[in-house]
Amino acid sequence: MMRRILRLVACALIISGVLLPLIPQMVWSFATNWFFPALLPPQWGFKAWRYVLSPSSQVGEALWNSIGVAVLVVLLAVVIGLPAARVLGLQQFRGKQMVTWLLTAPLFVPTIVVIMGIHIVFIRYGLADTFLGVVFVHLIPALPYFILLMSSVFANYAIEFEETARTLGASAMRTFWHVTLPAIWPGLTVAMLFTFLVSWSQYITTVLIGGGRVVTLPMVLFPLISAANHTNAAAVSLVFILPAILILILTSHALDSNASAIGGLGRL
Amino acid sequence: MTTVQVQALSKRYNAITAVKGLELTVKSGELVALLGPSGCGKTTTMRMIAGLLPPTTGDILFDGRSVLAIPAERRGAVMVFQKHLLFPHMNVAENVGFGLKMRGLAKAEIARRVHAMLELVQLTGFEQRRAQALSGGQQQRVALARALVIEPQVLLLDEPLANLDANLRLEMRWLIRTIQKALGITTIFVTHDQEEAVMLADRVALLVDGTLQQFDEPRAFYERPRSTTVARFFRNENFLAGIKRGNQVQTEVGTLTVECGDELADGAVFLTMRPEHVLINSPQTTNVLAATVDTVLYMGSYLQVQIQIGTVRWVINTAANADVQPGCPIRIQLPPSQLWLVPADG
Repeated sequence: MMRRILRLVACALIISGVLLPLIPQMVWSFATNWFFPALLPPQWGFKAWRYVLSPSSQVGEALWNSIGVAVLVVLLAVVIGLPAARVLGLQQFRGKQMVTWLLTAPLFVPTIVVIMGIHIVFIRYGLADTFLGVVFVHLIPALPYFILLMSSVFANYAIEFEETARTLGASAMRTFWHVTLPAIWPGLTVAMLFTFLVSWSQYITTVLIGGGRVVTLPMVLFPLISAANHTNAAAVSLVFILPAILILILTSHALDSNASAIGGLGRL
Repeated sequence: MTTVQVQALSKRYNAITAVKGLELTVKSGELVALLGPSGCGKTTTMRMIAGLLPPTTGDILFDGRSVLAIPAERRGAVMVFQKHLLFPHMNVAENVGFGLKMRGLAKAEIARRVHAMLELVQLTGFEQRRAQALSGGQQQRVALARALVIEPQVLLLDEPLANLDANLRLEMRWLIRTIQKALGITTIFVTHDQEEAVMLADRVALLVDGTLQQFDEPRAFYERPRSTTVARFFRNENFLAGIKRGNQVQTEVGTLTVECGDELADGAVFLTMRPEHVLINSPQTTNVLAATVDTVLYMGSYLQVQIQIGTVRWVINTAANADVQPGCPIRIQLPPSQLWLVPADG
């Protein structure tokens, strides 16, 4: 009985925290104006959504840029982060604490401090104001999340699985494909989705390194908010938040489907 | 049918030498136990034989040919680990069929062989079970089936019974022994339990601190230990320092006669005898010593008696109805045929 009540309370809190704030946003996106003390907007319309779909709003272009950058960031994070996480999760070595600290440092050091220095380097190598430059700079905050998540997945995994597979006749590649990957898959999915979201919500890094040439969704959204254009801001923010909601659903599915292999995430 | 030869095998990790100059020849179809306390280099040796770890120096030969250049997946030595036995994302049939799948066998053929192997380990009908849904003993048997189904040249078992309870352990010992003899696969298994090694193995290799102490048939470790280290590992703490001259050994409590030790040079030795071979109040007159009883422990089927001989303390096992009282003097006899000599440097 007590558990039931607790569960209901938890559900109510989650719904009111995550979903309720979206309702005014939806209302706003269909309102032409809406002022206190009116409970509902006096006039409705599609002005904001026409704005979203118009080329001048840059929402379409920004959406594709955001997706492109985030997907590339995820792929690079897997390539760079998976070997690192594997070593951190499975092996003991001198200076492991130091390496972990260095890898997670971007989470504690304010990005803006680092970006100034990186900007100069990127200009030198022709990466400033480019799509690829934005991808690289997003990796700085994204990689620590990916590596932290995956190293705790690997901590619950054992090298013996791979060694067994090898002695049973599987090459290193096939061992990775048939044994390692399926075993870490639920955790990997979650880590990839988180990495996607980290890239998705970058603003300052994109503005500084992209130099305004690479336009992503937050760069379209933030000026609308600061200009207090509630209607248009509401519509764009709904486009912006959609992937986050999707990822929330996918994550819970991945966590649910194979609870044992994901065990490592419990440590976070 | 494969002979495994390990020659001057060593493994160093930075400052630590895990295995030192190991020499071992395992005959075709033989079941050999690598026995030793934890951290003595047993598992490291197995990993090197399997091809999972490159040795620092030395060679490993299967049927006289060096296998060092052959990677683990083509070496033909299958390793069964103590923990993390089964692939967690596969069911029983997929686990057992893994090695066959890697060899590119047809699905129907894999299914047929998996079925036959599950029958051998008495797990028919478990094909579709999840790995985690099995008990410890069942997981052990599936892992064994998965290793045997590919008909390996060498089977390597790392503490195969360590995680099982006592009853199951007996059953598994029997199963491993039966299957191993039936299939005739050269098998090396690691254990820290000397009873298990003695019961299961054709021959036992005792490793302490990375060094091979003795490689012999099980009986020899009890009756003919090569050093005090070996005797101690097999729970024999009875030692008496002496000077050997021919078949006479002069000790602090008198000169004793022995029937062994021809291979040892005259000089300083240790006399030793297993607790169960020391006689109390024997009618014989050779090697009779005066001793004092310290403590008497009732062990159910026998008495464990601590006695003082001169300045040394021995443990003897005697019949549960023997009349021994703490503090009393007793006469013990060390039958010459049961006395054994080990070098004094040990």
